[in-house]
Amino acid sequence: MSGHSESILREPLITGKDITYAQITEEILSPVENKPNRAWWIGFILALCGATLWIVSVGYTFWFGIGAWGLNKTVGWAWDITGFVWWVGIGHAGTLISAVLLLFRQNWRNSINRSAEAMTIFAVICAATYVVSHMGRPWLAYWVLPLPNQFGSLWVNFNSPLVWDMFAISTYFSVSLLFWYTGLLPDIATIRDRATGVRKKIYTIFSFGWSGSVKTWQRFEAVSLILAGISTPLVLSVHTIVSMDFATSVIPGWHTTIFPPYFVAGAIFSGFAMVLTLMLVVRKVLGLENYITMFHIESMNKIIILTGSIVGVAYLTEFFIAWYSGSQYEQYAFINRATGPYWWAYWMMMTCNVISPQLLWFKKVRLSIPATWILSIVVNIGMWFERFVIIVTSLHRDYIPSSWTMFYPSWVDVGVFVGSIGVFFTLFLLFLRVLPSIAIAEVKMILKTASEQSKMKLIKEGHLDKEHVAEYVESLEKFDSVKQEDYAKI
Amino acid sequence: MSNIKYILGSFGDPDEMLHGIEKLQENNIAIYDVYTPMPIHGIEAKLGVKRSRLDIAAFFFGITGTITMLTGVYLATAVDWPVNIGGKTHFALPDFIPITFELTILFCAFGLVGSYYASTHLFPGRAPRVMDLRATDDRFIIAIDAKQNTEHDKIDELLKGAGALEVKHNERKYLSYE
Repeated sequence: MSGHSESILREPLITGKDITYAQITEEILSPVENKPNRAWWIGFILALCGATLWIVSVGYTFWFGIGAWGLNKTVGWAWDITGFVWWVGIGHAGTLISAVLLLFRQNWRNSINRSAEAMTIFAVICAATYVVSHMGRPWLAYWVLPLPNQFGSLWVNFNSPLVWDMFAISTYFSVSLLFWYTGLLPDIATIRDRATGVRKKIYTIFSFGWSGSVKTWQRFEAVSLILAGISTPLVLSVHTIVSMDFATSVIPGWHTTIFPPYFVAGAIFSGFAMVLTLMLVVRKVLGLENYITMFHIESMNKIIILTGSIVGVAYLTEFFIAWYSGSQYEQYAFINRATGPYWWAYWMMMTCNVISPQLLWFKKVRLSIPATWILSIVVNIGMWFERFVIIVTSLHRDYIPSSWTMFYPSWVDVGVFVGSIGVFFTLFLLFLRVLPSIAIAEVKMILKTASEQSKMKLIKEGHLDKEHVAEYVESLEKFDSVKQEDYAKI
Repeated sequence: MSNIKYILGSFGDPDEMLHGIEKLQENNIAIYDVYTPMPIHGIEAKLGVKRSRLDIAAFFFGITGTITMLTGVYLATAVDWPVNIGGKTHFALPDFIPITFELTILFCAFGLVGSYYASTHLFPGRAPRVMDLRATDDRFIIAIDAKQNTEHDKIDELLKGAGALEVKHNERKYLSYE
């Protein structure tokens, strides 16, 4: 109920004094309702250059075939699948924030879920383009679907994890899109009711006629909760199935049962890193310090250190099991990873994913925006290398030493990868311009319970335990958007 | 007889609005609907809105997905084109669990959201039934049918007493969108 106050011991989720509902609408919609600033244009033009590179590289691949990439007969999968798994992994944080944190009643998700979900959708789009472009004959992409056909009614192989993956990724994408869009409806209606002219007409169409009546909201909440409930196992299943693309094969280094949990933890790890990379910039450029507070940043950093450590333990377990299995092929695959010609990729992965995130145990690092931002990028680099290490180093020295080889990417490989980052940022920057980057209604919901001003009011009323208040005021020290002087007086 | 169709009490605070609802109900004044910029917990109990049955629908949509996939895969792998893979059974159930799960989720999500849109009349391009433009921004609106509840002055007084910032007498039900 909106009138209930939250415990004073919890950190505020919205900072700032005298914030009104109107002000929340105003501040969140300002990038949507005003002309973009120079920072946006610079970012957008850079992203657009990247997207152009993507079109050129993918077009080149389609015209000349997969031979345009650096693949050879030993290494038949390299940057394409690395990029695919990397993007799918990044996407996982959005669903985790919107679904899992909703089920756990973590209200701090309310101000980051919208952007994180948008990120999920764009990341999955990038991932899907890899699937299509690595097919060789992308115009036959529909062959992965179990459609009745003229080839003697030949069906897809339902036993193959690649077919499972097609089902998983397409379900994941469409369910995420539904979840995101349904959540957007009230916010689109807010823009609609403030707009005029053509903008109003456009937002009217996309608002689906939202009115905000009691029944609409009641069912809206029911739908959100059920979607969160089904998205939670979905997001876990998606990366599990992605990992089965490798785990169900008989390649040493891939054929392990630890892959599903290890991939899921890695996906959440890289996804939260990407959310931080994006949100720290968005927060600064759009001036959303009151909604995305230091508490949010610290919480995300804590999830990063947890999942990063799970990933670290998984790396060590993998090594131990390779030795313990007694299988010399398995043992060689791992010795080769760490000390073979790709040793630098392996140690890059170890440093970026296991060692450097441990810095987040220090409160100073966790609460430093530049340090967090740099670490989030380091994690993303590390997670890309993780997939590269798993894929390329397991393949490049196969069973016959005469076919051992190295993988060298061609310019097209690099172009497709760098270009996909461009596509991602183009979509994300457009999103910031046309839709609210924070879920307006959900932030309004916690204004009366979990904001700094509501807690300030409680303190002023003076019925609280002095120790609790002191603890609360102490917890506010980390916030860069809170003025300590206000509390000195009380 | 006046031409007033709806009386709108516009509140700036959700708790004051809930108080307003109580006041009106104490005086046996029927509330047409309430429009808010965010979900208000506990309001449906006050207004006697029944619990949503979308969860039941979601379950059946999900089960439909499960059955569809299992039937489809059975027809494809065991009836239409059985392939002998190492003498193993044609309908290798464990292999089909992941895709059956995915289709369950897919049907459940689309069925659920589809029923939600249908039951609340949401679809692309629908003309919004808006009584007050600020109901999606910063106002909490209680709408009262003025034809059924004729004591307009008393309603005004009750709304103002509960803390309404504004009371409007609308001669049209919805704002024109043109």
